[in-house]
Amino acid sequence: MNTEILGIIIVFVLTVALAIPLGKYIARVYRGEKTITDVIFNPIEKILFRFCGINPAEEMGWKQHLKVLLTINFVWFLLSMFVLMCQGWLPLNPDNNPGMTADLAFNTAISFVVNCNLQHYSGETGLSYFGQLFLMFLQFVSAATGLAAAAILFNALKERTTEKLGNFYVYFLKSLTRILLPLSIIVATLLAFNGTPMTFEGKQKMVTLQGESVDVSTGTVAAFTAIKHIGTNGGGFFGANSAHPLENPNYFTNMVELAAQMIVPFAMIFALGFYLNRKKLSLMIFGVMTVGFLLLAVPTVMAEMNANPALTRMGIDTSMGATEGKEVRFGAAASGFWSIATTVISTGSVNSMHDSAMPISGLMQLLAMMVNCFYGGCGVGLLNFYIFIILSVFISGLMVGRTPEFLGKKIEAREMKIAMVIALLHTLLILSGTALSTALPELGASTLNNPGFHGFSEILYEFTSSSANNGSGYEGLGDNNPWWNITTGVVLLLSRFLPIIGPIAIAGILASKKHVPESAGTLKTDTSTFGLMVFAVIFIIAALSFFPALALGPIAEYFSLA
Amino acid sequence: MKNTFLQAIKLSLACLILLSGIYTLLIFGIAQAAPNHGKGEVVSANGKTYYANIGQSFTSDKYFNSRPSAVAYNAAGSGGSNKGPSNSEYLAEVQKRIDTILILNPDMKRSAIPADLVTASGSGLDPHISVLAAKFQIKRIAKARNIKVNQLETLIENHTEKALLGLFGPEKINVLELNIALDKLK
Repeated sequence: MNTEILGIIIVFVLTVALAIPLGKYIARVYRGEKTITDVIFNPIEKILFRFCGINPAEEMGWKQHLKVLLTINFVWFLLSMFVLMCQGWLPLNPDNNPGMTADLAFNTAISFVVNCNLQHYSGETGLSYFGQLFLMFLQFVSAATGLAAAAILFNALKERTTEKLGNFYVYFLKSLTRILLPLSIIVATLLAFNGTPMTFEGKQKMVTLQGESVDVSTGTVAAFTAIKHIGTNGGGFFGANSAHPLENPNYFTNMVELAAQMIVPFAMIFALGFYLNRKKLSLMIFGVMTVGFLLLAVPTVMAEMNANPALTRMGIDTSMGATEGKEVRFGAAASGFWSIATTVISTGSVNSMHDSAMPISGLMQLLAMMVNCFYGGCGVGLLNFYIFIILSVFISGLMVGRTPEFLGKKIEAREMKIAMVIALLHTLLILSGTALSTALPELGASTLNNPGFHGFSEILYEFTSSSANNGSGYEGLGDNNPWWNITTGVVLLLSRFLPIIGPIAIAGILASKKHVPESAGTLKTDTSTFGLMVFAVIFIIAALSFFPALALGPIAEYFSLA
Repeated sequence: MKNTFLQAIKLSLACLILLSGIYTLLIFGIAQAAPNHGKGEVVSANGKTYYANIGQSFTSDKYFNSRPSAVAYNAAGSGGSNKGPSNSEYLAEVQKRIDTILILNPDMKRSAIPADLVTASGSGLDPHISVLAAKFQIKRIAKARNIKVNQLETLIENHTEKALLGLFGPEKINVLELNIALDKLK
């Protein structure tokens, strides 16, 4: 079998195999049971809680959770604005990079606080090492915020009636110390031993074999790249992200980085099953997500391996597939596969330039972000999927004439309203942003790198990526100006926090309701029939919302090229 | 509310020290045991050192040429062309590259030009070319350097990086290492 195909299959299979025991471990962490990391981190956590004046035994209701979550995120935003605008004179700036403009700092601060990492700058010239290390802090804490939110959901899904859903700070800190930090240390070590730099020395001079002199940017890349994937952040140290040969030096590191971005979202699905002792529910969720993922990934890999028909028509040898914007060491298959992994999961790191991908691949990447719940980002993927479960329970309950219930709780009008608003918010943000930018050519069209249908896709992609908190881009877009910085910044804020607030509110309201024991009349939610139902709901919402826009972009481009 | 704010600020500062400080230093410490002390892998030749993973611009007839680059192999930046597959300006550019390559390699047919030689990489710093791309340039280099074709064929064979464990990923050739070895051929 083709070694390129084999390479992507093995990564996927190994990641799933590792995610199951990791999920079991995560469930123990959130249940507060004994784990192997207790020896190191129990004392550290104790000191931290005492220093911060936090009582870890105090349980919070869902409103209290959200208050604390939003407050600490606001603190990070303020800190980020300060660091990014002042990095020029802050320490650790060997390359003398200047501070950011206010609108760029606004966009960058928000985009790292919300776990998106839409980068309207290039790391080599846009950030000092201090700035990079600070953004790395945000990559950790934003991922931990998502995980903590998912832990609140886990707690709320337990079948009992309560207002108390654990302590946010405990979930948050444990997500950091017990999950993200240990995994990042492993990944960073693997990267460092495979040629990813970890140095504070700044740009290095090099004279090439042909005698030209060039500067080579280096930096604290290994530490940064590890959490960028483990935390599904995706923000690159360098402009070219994981296509850069120092950020992703060889095929092995490519496999490691692929696995690193998939493992926590995978493990969280299994963790849910272990936590609630409902393994079949986990399997249903994982099954639906995996079917969706494969439906997106397979056509993309095929399109990339089949090469650009316009180049094939020129009569050259395109047997290695589409090569524009791709690295030889990864090849077309691994590049195509990565482009879907990074868009279904809200990583947004790239190992090839999506702007140069085939139209079918562009369509699949966009769809992956429009659906935004096949696996999804650290923690938040499950929150998004939860919304679709609620919708499906309600719809199928109506279809077969049963009271809509999920895990022993009745779903009523209030929860449905919240779920609908959250499900439609994504559509609203993407389409209104795209429409506005298309209607104002002096702000939208003038910043494009490609004409015609593909140019429209650049606009659509930017808003889809923002609203999905993904962070990848059609990088040809000239996006570092007030229009793009501010509009996408606002989209990022709304699309991050409302989809956290909504599901937690629903879960919190349901948790406080009376528990209805399972009976013969209960709709089973851990079966493949119900899985099919959820898939249908997701498909119908995505198709109805986005098909017209997709027809104007990648679909039209596909037919113009074929 | 005031209490929540204070807790948030304190916890943020503590995490900042743990994550940006201790984690960074820990990885920095581990990297000291890595090849070249975590400063990026290097190769040395004739008393000069080069980054093994940073692609270089090779345009001379006497060297195996590297791929086109959107950033002209300037490693102080990085990036791809970001040209869409249907962009007519882009397609004209590729056509021009094909014409140039045919002039530079008069013994070779158009149908033998491998796609990677006429398309830019994602990083603009791709250190590799495909095996096909190296073989394509043999006749030109043999003529320019006045060496035998089969010598170059062996050289390429010796420098082909196989798939990982022979199973995963594409075959490729590091252009810099190939050209350093080429300079040593007599």
